[in-house]
Amino acid sequence: MPAPDSIGIVHTQYFTFAADRPFILESGAPLSPVTLAYETYGRLNADRSNAVLVVHALSGGAHAAGYRTADDPKPGWWDDAIGPGKAFDTDRFFVICSNVLGSCYGSSGPSSIDPATGQPYGLRFPVVTIGDMVRAQVALIDHLGIEKLLCVAGGSVGGMQVLEWAARHGERVRAAIPLATTARSNAMQIALSEVGRQAIYADPNWQNGDYYANGRRPDAGLAVARMIAHITYLSEQAMHRKFGRRLQSQERFGYQFQTEFQVESYLRHQGNAFIQRFDANSYLYITKAMDYFDLTMPAGSLAAALAGAAAVKFLVVSFTSDWLYPSHHSKELVSALTAVGADVSYLDIESSAGHDAFLVEVDTMTRLLGSFMDRLASEEGIRS
Amino acid sequence: MTDSLRPDLRIVADFVPAGAKVLDLGCGDGLLLEYLVHHKGVAGRGIELSETGVLACVRRGLSVRQGDLQEGLADYPDGSFDCVVLSQTLPFLDDPGMIIRETLRVGSQAIVSFPNWGHWRCRLKLLFTGRIPLASDLPQRWDEKPRWQAFTITDFAQFCRRAGIDITRQAYLAGGRRVHHITRFTNLLSTTAVFMLENARRSRG
Repeated sequence: MPAPDSIGIVHTQYFTFAADRPFILESGAPLSPVTLAYETYGRLNADRSNAVLVVHALSGGAHAAGYRTADDPKPGWWDDAIGPGKAFDTDRFFVICSNVLGSCYGSSGPSSIDPATGQPYGLRFPVVTIGDMVRAQVALIDHLGIEKLLCVAGGSVGGMQVLEWAARHGERVRAAIPLATTARSNAMQIALSEVGRQAIYADPNWQNGDYYANGRRPDAGLAVARMIAHITYLSEQAMHRKFGRRLQSQERFGYQFQTEFQVESYLRHQGNAFIQRFDANSYLYITKAMDYFDLTMPAGSLAAALAGAAAVKFLVVSFTSDWLYPSHHSKELVSALTAVGADVSYLDIESSAGHDAFLVEVDTMTRLLGSFMDRLASEEGIRS
Repeated sequence: MTDSLRPDLRIVADFVPAGAKVLDLGCGDGLLLEYLVHHKGVAGRGIELSETGVLACVRRGLSVRQGDLQEGLADYPDGSFDCVVLSQTLPFLDDPGMIIRETLRVGSQAIVSFPNWGHWRCRLKLLFTGRIPLASDLPQRWDEKPRWQAFTITDFAQFCRRAGIDITRQAYLAGGRRVHHITRFTNLLSTTAVFMLENARRSRG
């Protein structure tokens, strides 16, 4: 039963474009047609000034808030932040969330049907970048008749898209909220992505990505990739607090290779839950897009890259225990934004939750995001 | 939003030119900056170390970044502000001289306020009790955080002369009331000083 501050039952919509003329990707490869799954919450006001685009992380989708059905047990991925009276207050703002290009939740990706063959693309789907994902979102915003977004917000890979929006489409956004992210993937982040991908490649069921037809899916590989990723979303302290050295079901060691520690059991559960809901090829494509992300190219420096974002108002947030996207990445971003004279607010939130903190530290995040959105609403004269 | 400010903040606010671009260093909960934005039409930015301070500032709708002044102001281009404010922050800095020079690189003017340990009550306290006096605006004992450094109006004026900095405006408070007659006994009679600074013309060449 949805709570009073829930947006309630929501429906995913689809926007297809580039049917006649292909969408040319950053790699030069054409893609046609392109479909984006998206959801919207709240109402677009008369002067179309209250639109907020929320962008999701690696395994997210367009379903950011509310429930799909009346007996849906789980709300959307950022339901804590989106709804009546919440930080992204749907009584005042028109919130949009679309599934990224390359994903498997309704937008075009490797599991979509290739019109040329009538079969799923698999690895014949062209490699997409963060820039491509964002240009597809620009097409969606055009389709919705929105000239300028009030705000773009998101964490992790979502934060990369936020930065891409601000740097390359700065004239289309008033404000940007990049959370727990980086302007440039570094060697450690690329290495962690690659280990996940190698786990998928090593699964014989992966079959070079052509596993859709014969029912043998690279579940084991994808589960390992997810387990590795999950470790990077936590912190040593959070894992210790949550699991310690506790054993799952027995009192003492079994001296066998079964799942014994609680942390092992937790990771297996995360892996098993993930294979039910995610596509291994999409995992390859999105992690590749993350690895390619480097806002400093081709401009040469972060400040040069952000010159077009000088008029955008920023709220940058990092978390003290995030070792996947450590705080210094955000601090470098804030330095570059300061150098170009952008209006930037920044906070490194004290948290032991690791990278996951951007979704977990609900109280502080609600206060911070809510305050920033209140400010934007008052500056732009947006009322409920 | 508040219309009434602490007396020392009121003087700082009076010194700030209307409509100026202002950077407030160590802006705390943003009380002064909010006042300047709403009553003097300034374009305000702040730097604050504490999480609670930054949260309070964003709550007030201010643009404030978390940062440590000890790391300097390297991100800020020369002359990017009309006015840089250091309100009651100086005694807590490890390298106050560096920060003051930085404020005058980043801003064309700086406004600093600080508690004065040269006040007669402080002098008598040390003389008669043998204990380090607490300044009126700064109640922490010597062994409490954050660490502070005592100095006087005369110390500060000497620093400015050495550093080639002109004091272009000055105001003094004694026990929360403005001292209207500035004499050579100001260091003895004031509990708080507010100075407006500029780089001396000769040092600009």
